[in-house]
Amino acid sequence: MSLELFSQYIFAGITYGIIYAIVAIGFNIIYNTTGIINFAQGEFVMLGGMTAISLNHFLPLPLAIISAVLFTMLMGGLIEIVFIRWLQKPSVLRLIIITIGISILSREAALHVWGDSVRALPYFTGNVVSSVDILGASISPQVLWVLAICYCLVIILSLFFKFTPLGREMQACAANRLAATLCGINAKNMVTFSFMLSAAIGAVAGCVVSPITSSQYDMGTGLAIKGFTVAVLGGLGNSMAAVAAGLLLGIIEAFSVGIGFPLAFQDAIAISILLIILFVRPHGLFGNKEAAGLKEF
Amino acid sequence: MDLKKITSIALLITLVVGIQLTTQLTGTSYYLTQLTMTMYSCLLIIGLCLVMGYAGQISLGHAGFFAIGGYTSAALTTTNLLEALERGSGCVGLLNKMGLLVSSTSLFGEPMLTVHPWLACLLAIALTVLVAFAIGIPVLKLKGHYLAMATLGFGIIIYRIVLAVAFLGEADGISDVPGFTLLPGLTVNGDIGNRITNYYIAATILIIGFVLLLNLIDSRVGRALRAIHGAEDAADAMGINTARYKLYTFVISAVFAAVAGILLTHYTGGISPGDAGVMKSVRYVAIVAIGGMASLWGALSMGGLLNFLSLRGFFGSYDDAFFGAILILIMLFAPQGILRLSLWNKFKGGKKEVQ
Amino acid sequence: MSLLEINDLNKRFGGLHAVNSVSFAVNQGDIKAVIGPNGAGKTTLFNLICGALPADSGSVLFNGGQILGYRPFQIATTGISRTFQNIKMFPGMTALENVMVGLHTKSRSGFWSGMLHLPFTRHEEKKVRRRALELLELLDISAYADVEAASLAFGQQRAVEFARALASDPTLLLLDEPAAGLNIYETAEVARLITKIQQQGITVLLVEHDMSLVMDISDEIVVLSFGEHIAEGTPSEIQHNKEVIQIYLGE
Repeated sequence: MSLELFSQYIFAGITYGIIYAIVAIGFNIIYNTTGIINFAQGEFVMLGGMTAISLNHFLPLPLAIISAVLFTMLMGGLIEIVFIRWLQKPSVLRLIIITIGISILSREAALHVWGDSVRALPYFTGNVVSSVDILGASISPQVLWVLAICYCLVIILSLFFKFTPLGREMQACAANRLAATLCGINAKNMVTFSFMLSAAIGAVAGCVVSPITSSQYDMGTGLAIKGFTVAVLGGLGNSMAAVAAGLLLGIIEAFSVGIGFPLAFQDAIAISILLIILFVRPHGLFGNKEAAGLKEF
Repeated sequence: MDLKKITSIALLITLVVGIQLTTQLTGTSYYLTQLTMTMYSCLLIIGLCLVMGYAGQISLGHAGFFAIGGYTSAALTTTNLLEALERGSGCVGLLNKMGLLVSSTSLFGEPMLTVHPWLACLLAIALTVLVAFAIGIPVLKLKGHYLAMATLGFGIIIYRIVLAVAFLGEADGISDVPGFTLLPGLTVNGDIGNRITNYYIAATILIIGFVLLLNLIDSRVGRALRAIHGAEDAADAMGINTARYKLYTFVISAVFAAVAGILLTHYTGGISPGDAGVMKSVRYVAIVAIGGMASLWGALSMGGLLNFLSLRGFFGSYDDAFFGAILILIMLFAPQGILRLSLWNKFKGGKKEVQ
Repeated sequence: MSLLEINDLNKRFGGLHAVNSVSFAVNQGDIKAVIGPNGAGKTTLFNLICGALPADSGSVLFNGGQILGYRPFQIATTGISRTFQNIKMFPGMTALENVMVGLHTKSRSGFWSGMLHLPFTRHEEKKVRRRALELLELLDISAYADVEAASLAFGQQRAVEFARALASDPTLLLLDEPAAGLNIYETAEVARLITKIQQQGITVLLVEHDMSLVMDISDEIVVLSFGEHIAEGTPSEIQHNKEVIQIYLGE
């Protein structure tokens, strides 16, 4: 394999990988504050992308993206308030089914609003054919956009959780909900915030990746499965590990195409990894078994 | 069997016959086609109900088992083996000598030599059992979210496979699947003239399956399953091999799904990737949830009603949205299922107080 | 030979040595109690014996055979039964059904015979039901046979749990804090039931916090503190053991 081809695959891998990581972080934020796996996480990505595409007809691109992210964020909060907030001690099975229902409804709503056509945002800079030469590989400038924005997002998120009062309150809720409540933190609001936050970052991912992969009403399920694979691979709840795991999965997928693995089975790779990880190391590659045991399933 | 069970089954049979006679008298026997399809779906749903309601395990991959059954049977009964026989394949020759292959002519008048539907059916079930064990042993160690995602992943893999393999017809699926003669004179196929027979075949198979499951949940095994669902560690301490019970339940329910797949495929004459889709699996889960999870009667009645309405196109283009919405509503307001909503609850609660 | 023999049993949780080289034996027909202050490792010891936790090292011999490393359901089939500290009734099942689950190891019909409802299954089902009723009668709670077990009073639930544990015809009964959450009247009733169980020829090993219960009914007592075996002897010996008094009164 030539160096050019090699770096081409690496770039393809990290582009998809970082998107998976963002979806996984979305899973983790909600999981940490609530113990719920939100099966509708992929729909946030779809919603962000599709809304931005529609808004871009009237608004300049940056404004369209910001409005789409805010809109998705609002939807995330609304979903939590309407469907989850008022439930008293719901069982895991019940929550799984509710979020599955939400995912179906969002998808169907999107189908009725936007139809089943494939759409895409325009390239942030340049167009489909423009490219940058890096290590002998020609990379679309959009790839650089994706990488830059996503890495910034990851850094901002970790700073947010470490240094802002709100971020710390959310962390406290994640660590011990009861204790956080006793310290005067409104745990219910934190859950709503976590839904909004994870909807927002999902929407960002949906926007930046749209020029490359296009957006369609049913793109969510596939992304959700891969995001979940990455979240589990890194250890559920551990966002930094999710980034590493995301890049790993992205690169594996890219090279599987490179060695001639049939494209149709590309999804099967992620799912097989998911199944294998679940069977042999359910606490993740980087996770700690005893810490995983503390969370109830 | 106790008296209550016998009476309710008798009522069920009366209902089946009553519906058929009504359609005959009103000249609406075209309903029977959808009713027959509905009943095969119900077979899958009561099997899923056993896993979800009684063993307490969620499966988001049951359409996968349906597809394994349907596709295996369809592929075996439509693949022409004549060429292989002429080439002198020993295996095909042996099957032919044993009378396990059938000759026919295709729509285009070509001579065909295919696997006998009964052999195809048995092979399909054997494959399902194998896959169910292979998947079930690791998967059933998982709980909650992990189990849901793992079964969902299994469902997607099956979907991808049927979509990508040329032998299984890729996006078109398999069509022109021949009828399945269960016994001389009883053929599962879509002939208009055979509609009433097929309706009764489906009803008979569904009721047999239903009674088997009713018996099971009333037995020692059913008690053990309820115990596992309620308090797994206590069940374990009673000497119940919880892992094995969950696994066997999963396999039985996979077989129910596969049988439904086999028969429905022969009835409609084809199967397509859509039948293996995730949305199908979710829909089955929705119906079991609406029926009240741990209620075979609930699953049967809701499965019958909702599948029939859906097949009649009652929900139009909002079909999937309807199932999504009803799933959420049930889980929000009546997690015990629709049959246990307030009125019903008061009735039952009142009876308990008398004791 | 003693019925149950625990040799040099160890269990660590990270830096905590929860059970530290504990050894003792339970004689056939006795009621033996394990006591100790909170955090002494009583419950951990209990979970090691009944297979709910894996031990780090040591051995547990039952009737001379090693049972360490058995899974809980396998231990149940060897003739050891247990109860839970926070009574675990099977929800949605009547008291009678709870006891019928306890008879699991005493019946055999499986998936096939259950689905087909074979004559032998029907016969067995009748036998199971009759035996479960007998057990409820033995523990004086047959009046509640058809009431949902989880809705009974705490003391009655404890009795149902005893009946359920006795259903498998155990030679050894393990009780995890049987008086936990009970008032003094209920505790006295539990004490009476435990003695009644002993009279059936069943050996009892209990882990308990409540001294009054233990002193009245035990033949022998083992005292644990911080995972270590401190003392062992008859109730009166234990009552006069200086070390034990020190631990309990914190001198």
